[in-house]
Formats: sequence, C-alpha cells, structure tokens
Amino acid sequence: MKGNEALAVAAIRYGADGYFGYPITPQSEVLEKLEEEMPWETTGMVVLQAESEVASINMVYAGASCGKAVFTSTSSPGFSLMQEGMSYMCASEVPALVINVMRGGPGLGTIHPSQADYFQACKGGGHGDYHPIVLAPASVQEMADFVALGWDLAFKYRCVSMILADGLIGQMMEKVVLPEQRPRRTEEEIRKQCPWAVNGRKGMRPANIITSLELDDDKMEENNHRFQATYREIEKNEVRCELVNTENCDYLMVAFGSMARIAMKAMELAAEEGIKVGLVRPITLWPFPTKEIKEAAKNVKGILVPEMAAGQLIEDVKLAVECKVPVAHFDRLGGNVPAPEEILNALKNELIK
Amino acid sequence: MKAEIVIAGFGGQGVISMGKILAYSGLMEDKEVTWLPSYGPEQRGGTANVTVILSDERISSPVLNSYDIVVVLNQQSLDKFESKVKPGGVLIYDSYGIHKPPTRTDINVHRIEATEASIELKNSKTFNMIVLGAMLKVNPIVTIESVLKGLKKTLPERHWHLIPMNEEALKKGMSLIKE
Amino acid sequence: MENNDIIKVENRVYKKPELLKEVHMHYCPGCSHGVVHKLVAEVIEELGLAEKAIGVSPVGCAVFAYNYIDIDWLEAAHGRATAMATAVKRLMPDKLVFTYQGDGDFAAIGTCESIHSCNRGESIAIIFINNAIYGMTGGQMAPTTLLGQKTATCPYGRRADLNGYPLSITPLLAQLDGTRYVTRQSVHTAANVRKTKAAIKKAFMNSMEGKGTSVVEVVSTCNTGWKLSPEKANQWMVDNMFEKYPLGDLKDVDAKKE
Repeated sequence: MKGNEALAVAAIRYGADGYFGYPITPQSEVLEKLEEEMPWETTGMVVLQAESEVASINMVYAGASCGKAVFTSTSSPGFSLMQEGMSYMCASEVPALVINVMRGGPGLGTIHPSQADYFQACKGGGHGDYHPIVLAPASVQEMADFVALGWDLAFKYRCVSMILADGLIGQMMEKVVLPEQRPRRTEEEIRKQCPWAVNGRKGMRPANIITSLELDDDKMEENNHRFQATYREIEKNEVRCELVNTENCDYLMVAFGSMARIAMKAMELAAEEGIKVGLVRPITLWPFPTKEIKEAAKNVKGILVPEMAAGQLIEDVKLAVECKVPVAHFDRLGGNVPAPEEILNALKNELIK
Repeated sequence: MKAEIVIAGFGGQGVISMGKILAYSGLMEDKEVTWLPSYGPEQRGGTANVTVILSDERISSPVLNSYDIVVVLNQQSLDKFESKVKPGGVLIYDSYGIHKPPTRTDINVHRIEATEASIELKNSKTFNMIVLGAMLKVNPIVTIESVLKGLKKTLPERHWHLIPMNEEALKKGMSLIKE
Repeated sequence: MENNDIIKVENRVYKKPELLKEVHMHYCPGCSHGVVHKLVAEVIEELGLAEKAIGVSPVGCAVFAYNYIDIDWLEAAHGRATAMATAVKRLMPDKLVFTYQGDGDFAAIGTCESIHSCNRGESIAIIFINNAIYGMTGGQMAPTTLLGQKTATCPYGRRADLNGYPLSITPLLAQLDGTRYVTRQSVHTAANVRKTKAAIKKAFMNSMEGKGTSVVEVVSTCNTGWKLSPEKANQWMVDNMFEKYPLGDLKDVDAKKE
C-alpha cells in the first residue's frame, strides 16, 4: 500500500467523521482512495472535495469545533494557504488533524519530495504564538499509525496535530498492518468527550461558542498563557524519537522522515568502512527531542544533519547541543533526494576530513 | 536474504507494474518490501524506473545508488544503470533497440529477447512478465507461486482470467535464460 | 382602567424572544442588524429549534452575533462562514445550520466559498446583510457600494473605471442549481420586517428539510458609515439602493411547484 493510501484507510479505520481536501500532487491519492472506499456507505464518514485549500481548512476548523474527528491533507503550496486556518484552530483550541506531504518549493516548485516546510510546520506558519504537534513518519506503517496517534493527541490536549511527510513516503509502497475498524463516536459520546463542542444546546445546556476573537487584551493574554501552558505540558509528555546505534558511536546524524531512512543506509555503508555512526530520528518534530539529542551527542566528535531543506532542522539540533559539538549540514533541495552514498561522503568531508 | 533491485525502461513498458507485482510477491512470502517509483537521484532523464527492495529484515533506505539486480529495457536505462550494478551483481537487459551493449566484466550480464518473445506470445502486454520470469530464473528471490498470488492481489477480480496468460509469460521468460 | 390592569401576560401582544440575550448590543442606533438578530432569534424560537440551531458568525459588524443570540455558534475567519457551515451541516445533517454575513464577508473575500457552497446545494441558510459599506473597519468601500457612493476608500464616490461596478451577487446565486430559495428583503418598515421574517423562516425550514441552499439578502442601512441619521438612511436606501438591489424573491423552487 502507498503511504498516501495508508493515511486514507487508517483514517476510516480510526472512525473518522470527515475529510475535506483539495487535490494537489503528490498527495491526491488520499482523496482518491477515500472516494474509492466510499466510507459514507459503511461508517458514515463524510468525504468532500472542497473548492480550495482555504475552504478545506475552514471546513476542518468547523468540524473540529463540533468535536468531530476531521482532517485534511495537502502538499506544500496548499499548506501555505492553510496557515490562517491553522492559526485560528490553535487559537480556538480545537482538535484537528492536518497532513502535509511536502514537495519542493518555494513557490509552485516541483512535485518531488522535500522537507523545506519544517519551519512552517514546527514554528507556527501562521500568525501569533502557536504550535501544532508535528509527527514525522518514516515509513508507510507510520503513515497509518500516526493518523490514530495524531487524533488521540489532538483530542487529549485540544490542539492541532500534523503529519509532516514528504512525497517519497507518500508515493512509496511498503508492508503495512492496519488497525481494526473502530466505530465512529455517537453524538452522545462526543457530548461527553467534548463538552465544549458546538453541536446544539441539547437539553438547553448553556450555549457553546467557538471563537478565536477576544478584544480584551488582558483576556487575550490570559488565553495565550493557557495555550503556552498546554504546549509546556505537551513538551513534557509527548516527545518521541528513535535512537539507532547512539550508544557507542563516534559520529551522530539527526534526520527525520524519508531522510532518516536514507541516513540509516548511509550508516550501514559507514559501518562497512569501520566508521561508527549513530542516528537520532525525531518522530515528533514539535515537541523537539532536545534532551535526547543532547544526551546522544555527549561523546561524539561531530553531528551531521542531512535534510531536504537548506538548513532548518539543523537550527534545532544546534540549540539542542548548545553548539558544544561541531554540527554540519548536508542538503539536497528543490525535490531532489540524495543517495545514501552522498550522505556518507558529506559525513567524511564535513566531519572526518 | 536481501535483494536491492531497480527496473528501468520507457514509460508504458510495464516497468512500474512489474515492480509492483514483484513487491506484492515478496509480501506473499512475508518479506519486508519497499517499492519506490521514479524518485531518487536518477529521476531525471525521461525513463520510468522503480526501485524494489525485498528483505528478511527491516529495510533502511528505499532510495539507492547501487543494486544487486538491475533490469533495463532500453538503451538510456542501460547507459544510466550499468555502472550502478554492485560488483558480482546481475544486469539483465532486453536486446531490442540496444546498439551499445554493456561492457562490464565484474558482473553477470544476461541478454534476453523479451520483446521478440512477447511477439511470439502474440501479446505485447505480457512483455513485463516475460522479463520478470527471466529475472526470477537468474535469481529466484521469490517463487512463481508467490508471483501468481501477488498478481491476484494487484489485479481487480474482473482481470483474474488473465492470470494463466501471465503464468505462461513468466515461464516463457524463464526459458530465455540459458543455463 | 389603570396601566397596571393592562400589563398582564394574557394581554401581551409582543415580547422579546427568550433567545435574545439580556445584553447591550454594540450596534449603532438605527442599524438594521438589531432587527435581523431579533428575527433570527424569533424564528428559531417559533420553530422550536433552539437545541438544534448552530450559527456561523462572520468577520464584520456581526462578528459578535454569538453574544446576542443564545445558541451554539462558530466564529469564522473572514469570508469562510459558508465553508464552515458546509462542514457542520454535512457532519450533523439534523441540525439547523445558518451563516450570518455582511457584504464584505459574503461577496468580497468569501465569494469563492459563497458560490461553491450554493452550487453544491449545501442545506444551509445564508443571511446576507448588504449595507453597501464596511461598517466595522470604519466605512470603507464594499463590493456592493453603489456608483457615486462615498466611502473612506472612495472618498470622491465610487467610479467604475477606478473601483469596478457594484456586485449584485444574489441574482448570480439564483442561477445555480444548488440554491432552493433566494430572496432579497429589507427591514425599514414593519411590513418589510414581517416579510423578512417569513423569508428567514422559509430558509431555516429548508435547512432542516435538507432541501438545498437558501439565501436571504437583507438590503440594510449603515447610518454611521453613510453619515446620515437613521431616518435619512432609510430614505437614502429606498431612493438609491433599491434600484440596484430591488426587493423580492429571485428564486423559490417550491413556489414554482405549487
């Protein structure tokens, strides 16, 4: 199964209530697969091809405000259009899932894989202080798994979860074990789980209002403090990363998503030459595995950060090690994907010399 | 066991679907598989190609620069991928339209006449299965039974009647490899 | 008879709808919003839909509609109300879902969503307040501003060559297969208020019955933005707005059947 298809099927299995999206390469298979599966006939899930990414994200904003499990998927240019909605959703504290299968930018760019939306996703690409939780799958299995994880976290913290994949993971086929079909929540269950949700004043309960507007500066500051408190809580509890051979290595690599897979092969090639390299693969890009990287970097001679971006992830890595260890950068840009050998060469040229 | 394979040719030769069938065959044998079409360092150049990896263990990179088995179906692909066969690895190429045959001597080169064989079978659509048959004869990384099961998985039910024809093509392909 | 003998429940001929909250509205005296808010609250009450109603408020003067009508509300980003209403209605088809939008929200920044929601025939009701000006941001030009009309961003009057023409959007929406009921009303006289109320009721019932999109345009005044007294604003509307935006039903699929 393709990574993009895994996203679609995993969402149906999760018991999703709705998908709203607009086609864009390289992730159109998500909507195509959903339309092919016709979940409205089986689980009652709504699937709608909207008129734009702008409409899609606002449909998701609305669905999330109703306490429903709703999501959208897009690729980089479309994600740019969604930034306003991201900001509104975070400000309104609604639980939603947004997927960006990144392609080469800036601008219309290419349709091939990239990781250059790292800043946009992790640092809050819209206006104001906010963060979505950003999950970075490195396999088709994780594409499927992170749909459920993303929603679970979104509902737990009343925040937005993102899956930040790239065209390579989206288009690749791998073996995948899908979760069992879960029933969609009933309205009663939603009312219990999300007492804040906009779904009508049943029993004339006090009205629920979802808004991001608060013209009183002091109250808005209070809101911001509450958002930040949630983010600190998420940072405390939800950091996820994979450590590969970090126990006994001379050099370290930090890479996520498809780049981490290619870096693992570079590690294998390095091992054949007797070079001991470890890898930290951040699974949550926000919250970032700062402590884990600092710990893994304790006894290494240098760190290589390979990314399909011109130096984004590397900033967080440098902050994590407080610039106490040499940190080198390697990139391919604009939709190009490196071969494992290129990463090994960069390691040798930049750090071993 | 681990096999790193690239199949390359013109678009329309069934390159991508041949890779897909191979990947599904691996799945039938409970192997780890990755299938990646036309991405990676060799995405430019007007040819379609697909990287398939079958392994008993977790697969690291789905993107590669050197391969155990390279299957090429046109001259451009041969030019591009001959140098990327690992020493001691396998290069299989269809002779049709090849004017500059491979020159390496540190690899096992197999020249097959799959285009002609598909004409003999009176069905050009069986071309990629003939090539797959030849490849599996050279390196039996999956069984024919698994391929047929994999085919069933990739084909919609209305096309299952085509499976016997595909089996014939696989066998034809195997017969093209001289012992 | 003493006054106190008359003030009794059984003699009551008019009351404020319960759903209209006991708070001061921020609207300017003379503004049409207050009247339309009251009508919305009244209709929801009369249809017994207080437990099922979900409103989507816009960006514009009516941004705080949720502070006045005591039902569940979403506050949309500028222009996106019909996209939000689309999702709400599709996810919960048994609810009454309506948007309440001004001319900037509905017919400028939100035109794409407005047209596509109507074209898909979403079973939502759209209440569209057209007062030919941007009230909240301080009287700038709206898509519906008339030629010659002065605003903060066309201080010498709207000119077609500089600013384009006023957009009459409801006739456009009436052409779409997805719309069930498209009407243009006003609230400057008691008779018009009653007609507008009937229109809102029909639109809300269409939403509940899943019949497709209903659009109720209310040609309105903005006496502050127009820099006129409420009374003069009403007259200005009658004299100038109705020519470009004539009142009446533009489409009623059910009326044709009858």
